[in-house]
Amino acid sequence: MQTFLEAFLVPAIQAVVVVLLMLLAVAYITLLERKVIAFMQVRIGPNRVGPRGLLQPIADVVKLLLKEDIVPAKADRFVFWLAPILVTMTAIAALAVIPWAGTDATLHVLGYEIRPVITDVNVGIIYVLSISSIGVFGIVLGGWASHSKYPLLGGLRSAAQMISYEVPLGLAIIGALMIAETASTVKIVEWQARHTWLFWLQPVGVLLFYIAGVAENNRAPFDLPEAESELVAGFHTEYSGMKFAFFFLGEYISMIVVSALVVTIYFGGWLPITFGLGYLVPAIPAALSGAWGGPGVHLAFGVFWFALKTFLVLYVYLWLRATFPRYRYDQLMEVGWKFMIPVSLAWILFTGVALLAFDALAA
Amino acid sequence: MTGYLPIAVMILIGAGLPLVAFGVSMLLAPRKPEPLKYTSYECGVEPTGGVRERFSIRYYVIAVLFVIFDVETIFLFPWAVRYRVLGWFGFVEMALFIGVLVLGYAYAWKKGALEWA
Repeated sequence: MQTFLEAFLVPAIQAVVVVLLMLLAVAYITLLERKVIAFMQVRIGPNRVGPRGLLQPIADVVKLLLKEDIVPAKADRFVFWLAPILVTMTAIAALAVIPWAGTDATLHVLGYEIRPVITDVNVGIIYVLSISSIGVFGIVLGGWASHSKYPLLGGLRSAAQMISYEVPLGLAIIGALMIAETASTVKIVEWQARHTWLFWLQPVGVLLFYIAGVAENNRAPFDLPEAESELVAGFHTEYSGMKFAFFFLGEYISMIVVSALVVTIYFGGWLPITFGLGYLVPAIPAALSGAWGGPGVHLAFGVFWFALKTFLVLYVYLWLRATFPRYRYDQLMEVGWKFMIPVSLAWILFTGVALLAFDALAA
Repeated sequence: MTGYLPIAVMILIGAGLPLVAFGVSMLLAPRKPEPLKYTSYECGVEPTGGVRERFSIRYYVIAVLFVIFDVETIFLFPWAVRYRVLGWFGFVEMALFIGVLVLGYAYAWKKGALEWA
């Protein structure tokens, strides 16, 4: 029973901590988004609730919790309920394989082994892709169950958009997997610790992945499903109160997941940012990753670098939203099918040839 | 398989969190039924026409293309992880596979399956 408890209890506690942290992070990302976009548009942004508006997210949560929950009379009640749960569930489940520190940060508490990742499955990256594609169902079902015109159109658009960009999303990672020879999220960072960030070897891959990720999350400039000027609020027009809040939460957690994946696959996960100085003086990355301390220190440094990088990648989402106008729907599909897919296929072939040539030269 | 147990835990938490929040909201939120509140949103006017109508064939075409390409992507994953072991043999095999797919892709493009307007 010990092993079962160990396999169940430790991840359960980790999962609860991670989910609570994510809820807090999402709350403050919403404030950050409003502030950042306000400053980019020379406005002040929320500044009424608490000092500098810092309590705004809490006020928002309380407001959403106290709002009347309206289900349209013609809606399919069960599916109407199911949709926001699906969206949130898949977004949270995808967090399971994201490592936030190296294996040297494994803690031992009361005889239990606490690893700095909820679970390290050997197909971690494929798992994230597959579970996040289930999230499409939440949006489509939400649009369909509302029994209203705008949500239906929003849901259909969203389905077509998400499945179109799922293909380049998967193809973009292939190059990184070919080089690192693993699909595990932990091992791919360990490979980068031994060699270099995959970003330097896969610049096109990371661009394709990020663009597809933005489109997959229905974020600006690809936020067609909820284009307010033509579809009101898209698939969640009829949603209110807590059900709306969970569509919102799912979307923001998906943003964090995509950012964390970009960091894990291409930007060295929990490794410190050294601007290449590690090749000249190996002591610098060692000092910046807390090599002088015990597992606790490793954990603190790993989490710090991972959170910093994830935040920087996440910030680009907000930056894009303030910078670009929305795509037209036919342009969106054109970019997906006529640009992203051919380029990602060509990039796989290029990576393949370059890798074999390199291996032949090195041998 | 113990590596997958935590994933089940995460899925349970992910499904439980919204359920608990819906419950709390049900207890706290006001409830003042009024017939007009429960009509479908239509910019303030009375809703006209049905919702379960036919929609553009484009969506079906995109769905079929997606199935083909997504299966291809899944085939690429195991190949990519073992690529450096397979060497040129693996490269030629996959180049043939992708080549066949690109032929189909070019055909779909030429037939206008990728045009939206």
